[in-house]
Amino acid sequence: MHIDPLEKKWLYITFGMVGLFLGAIFISALISGIHPPSNVETIDSARLHLSEEFAEDNLGVKIQSDGSIRVTMVAGRYGFFPRHITLPADTTITFRWASIDVLHGVHMPMTNMSTMVVPGYVAEVTTEFPKPGDYPMLCNEYCGTGHDFMWSKVTVVDKQTWERQHPSSKGDES
Amino acid sequence: MIDSQTRNLTLWNLSVAFVAFVVACFLGFYQVVERSGLFEFLKSERLYFTSVSTHGVLMAFVLTTFFIMGFGYYTAVTSLKRPVWKPALAWAGFGLTLLGTVMAAIPLVAGKASVLYTFYPPIQASPWFYIGAALLVVGSWVWCAIMVIMAVQWKKDNPGQPLPLAMYATTANALLWLWTSAGVAMEVVFQLIPWSLGWMDAIDPGLSRTLFAWTLHPIVYFWLLPAYTALYCFVPRAAGGYLFSDEMARFAFLGLLVFSLPIGFHHLYMDPEQGSGWKLLHGVGTFLVTVPTLVTGFTVLASMEIAGRLRGGKGLFGWIGALPWSNPMVLAAILAFLMLILGGFGGIINASYALNAMIHNTAWVPGHFHLIFAGTTIIMYFAITYHLWPRLTGKALYSNNLALVQLWTWFVGMTMLSTPWHVLGLLGQPRRISEVTYNSLLTLAWQPYELFMIMGGAVLLGSAILFAYLLIKSLGSTVAASDLEPAYAEPIHAPRDLPGWVENIKLWNVVIGALMLLSFGYPILQFFFLKTYDSIPWGY
Ligand code: HEM
Ligand SMILES: [Cu+2]
Ligand SMILES: [Cu+2]
Repeated sequence: MHIDPLEKKWLYITFGMVGLFLGAIFISALISGIHPPSNVETIDSARLHLSEEFAEDNLGVKIQSDGSIRVTMVAGRYGFFPRHITLPADTTITFRWASIDVLHGVHMPMTNMSTMVVPGYVAEVTTEFPKPGDYPMLCNEYCGTGHDFMWSKVTVVDKQTWERQHPSSKGDES
Repeated sequence: MIDSQTRNLTLWNLSVAFVAFVVACFLGFYQVVERSGLFEFLKSERLYFTSVSTHGVLMAFVLTTFFIMGFGYYTAVTSLKRPVWKPALAWAGFGLTLLGTVMAAIPLVAGKASVLYTFYPPIQASPWFYIGAALLVVGSWVWCAIMVIMAVQWKKDNPGQPLPLAMYATTANALLWLWTSAGVAMEVVFQLIPWSLGWMDAIDPGLSRTLFAWTLHPIVYFWLLPAYTALYCFVPRAAGGYLFSDEMARFAFLGLLVFSLPIGFHHLYMDPEQGSGWKLLHGVGTFLVTVPTLVTGFTVLASMEIAGRLRGGKGLFGWIGALPWSNPMVLAAILAFLMLILGGFGGIINASYALNAMIHNTAWVPGHFHLIFAGTTIIMYFAITYHLWPRLTGKALYSNNLALVQLWTWFVGMTMLSTPWHVLGLLGQPRRISEVTYNSLLTLAWQPYELFMIMGGAVLLGSAILFAYLLIKSLGSTVAASDLEPAYAEPIHAPRDLPGWVENIKLWNVVIGALMLLSFGYPILQFFFLKTYDSIPWGY
């Protein structure tokens, strides 16, 4: 066998680069705790109305006792329900999603709120929104001929405004 | 000249591939125009998704499979210098693949299978579509078997000799495809067909997506390997030089075969049904598989530099100018490289465990794979075809200059199409939409990019028509081809004392099997002990 010295050098460079990329990924994953949505949790998509969490009356924005926020939403042809929600900026928010019909994907452009919503599974994303504003919430997986029309709205308001509107959100249980 | 049996086999396979290609390019052009929203009267979601489903299936499954089979028969016969093993079987495989294609195409065109080329359940297509797709794959397995058997027989007759490099690559690709297609085959046979025939009420979309992800990554290497084969085996000689290293080329093909398989979960980063540890594991593998591609980049560039210097090129970059840019094979290689470098940057972002969230399922993704698949891979398919056509038909190519124009326009068109597509993705536009209905200021920024994409699509369509025109016109050419001999590049160092394991098919199958068990075993098994809820079929 014959490996040229130049080839050897290039191989070192190659492995160096790959090592660098993987290093960055491991640091963000293991130290900063950045992971894609991966809670393996099943749910009966045909009976969401009978489930406690995803029943129609329980959807929407809920303030948790530790001040963090939980948003429970359902994806179904062709919309995300509730159709419009308001959230505070700079706050840890956990989204929980279930589909009532087919495969959907949900993305808020310019943020990292992104996950697939697979029927039979609960999708969960935790994130923060640094910038207040109006965001569209779009379906990004083909789900039928109405796919183009599948979107809802999210308004992110600054934290002070939110706290004024929701006096119970100051962290202490009320 | 090679025997007429092989010539016909290759010609027929390539012809089916290119008929599919040209039809699909017309659809592609319609799609960029429709989705721009500039032409009110064109608006139709139904038609758009029928078209994208057909375009995707024709490009990703029909063009590629037939092209690879045709090129494989040529490579096997010319590099091993022996006839096709059981030509009747090869024709049967061709017939079966074609039958599957027609069976799937009819419901597709009729709008009864608008489920896109990824056909994610629980949206359901006509059973004919799934059965056709299964037959297409089974037909291609016949080709795989013939390639592997020819390689093994040659080894038996030439003990101690390494396989010719082109055949080494082709055999690796045949094995790769057998392993790759197993995932989607399981999905189609055990889930989609029985479910679409009504024998099963419901199936688990989580399991389907996992099995599809098994196929979805290595399939791109199945498409890419013929392009790499040409880069290693044709380009150095066409450029007037030698292959820098035959042995590294083998390691690259081996690396692609082994490491492209156990990494499909980078397509599932955003999915809820798989745990983060498995995603991270596949993410690491995804970065490892860049190594053989970076090695390929090095070897091919080094070979080109040798050629440029042999032709009198001087200085750090002077050799680039000294290359024979008027040779279609060399020109295509240079353009393919440029697109590969750009596409590689994008690929690193897609592959990144955390960064993926930013571009997942946005317009960035079709932008990326048009650049690297429709760009890098397909431009090499064009060059291979210009190389083979005279050798198959005995007639000279109608016009070398038109071939150069065709390659340049493909490159320019693909750049114009895919650059704005990437930007649209970063601006938040989702993929697979036929119009923009979102009532948001954000979408105002999208419009100029759509316009640019239409121009790119028009250039590409023109280029595709020119390609077909050249091939057809060459058939009627009265000038006989001057050189009918196969033209494989000579390596600087012939492979010597290659360790036996490099060509040990059994060993590599065991290694792949073990890696697949490690990376897919538990993730597939979990669906059988989790309490899962299946989905009934839905229309679209
Ligand atoms: C005339 C040239 C081409 C044009 C204008 C074009 C345009 C398009 C458009 C607009 C889409 C729809 C994407 C979406 O809705 O998100 C698409 C999809 C697709 N294209 Fe092309 N394309 C061309 C050539 C090719 C080639 C040569 C290939 C590969 C060999 C290819 C492979 C695909 C695939 C696999 C899809 C399906 C994507 C999906 O289902 O999301 N295209 N193309
Ligand atoms: Cu959708
Ligand atoms: Cu992949």
